[in-house]
Amino acid sequence: MRKSDLADLVVEKLGVSKKESTDILQMILDSIREELEKGETVKIAGFGNFVVREKKARKGRNPKTGEEIGITPRRVVTFRPSQVFKKSVNE
Amino acid sequence: MTKAELIDKVALDYTSLTRRQVEILVNTIFDSIKETLSKGDKIEIRGFGSFRLRYRRMREGRNPKTGTIVTVPPKKVPFFKAGKELRALVDHF
Repeated sequence: MRKSDLADLVVEKLGVSKKESTDILQMILDSIREELEKGETVKIAGFGNFVVREKKARKGRNPKTGEEIGITPRRVVTFRPSQVFKKSVNE
Repeated sequence: MTKAELIDKVALDYTSLTRRQVEILVNTIFDSIKETLSKGDKIEIRGFGSFRLRYRRMREGRNPKTGTIVTVPPKKVPFFKAGKELRALVDHF
């Protein structure tokens, strides 16, 4: 399912226009992106939290050649699903 | 940022809808993602990331209190993978 399919699903459910559904979805995605870019956590009750985590530098290996390489410190996005979400996919 | 703050922000920028209407839309969007995954489908949003399920095998665990061995049944876990653009945006050192 792509972004447009998700917007369609919301249209079906609410009877809003495709434009409204697409616009709001896009604004949600942009807002989440902006917060994460600032390093801020985004908490969506009943859904989950998007968290930026700092990873320290570590040594890695090229799995193909076995060559040792340094992995630079970095920031990554992790998503922690809420209890409700975790429950709903197992029902 | 919390969901309420997200709704406030969107409602402030999208003046053709009331805050209440925006709230319903935002909730329905997140609910739809949950439902799609519950059906076993995945969602891929270009530039943002993808939501899909990961499958955990059955395993043996222990009741930490009593020490008895218990079987933990297999389960599905929602998983989000950040897209290339989002990863690059966040990883500015």
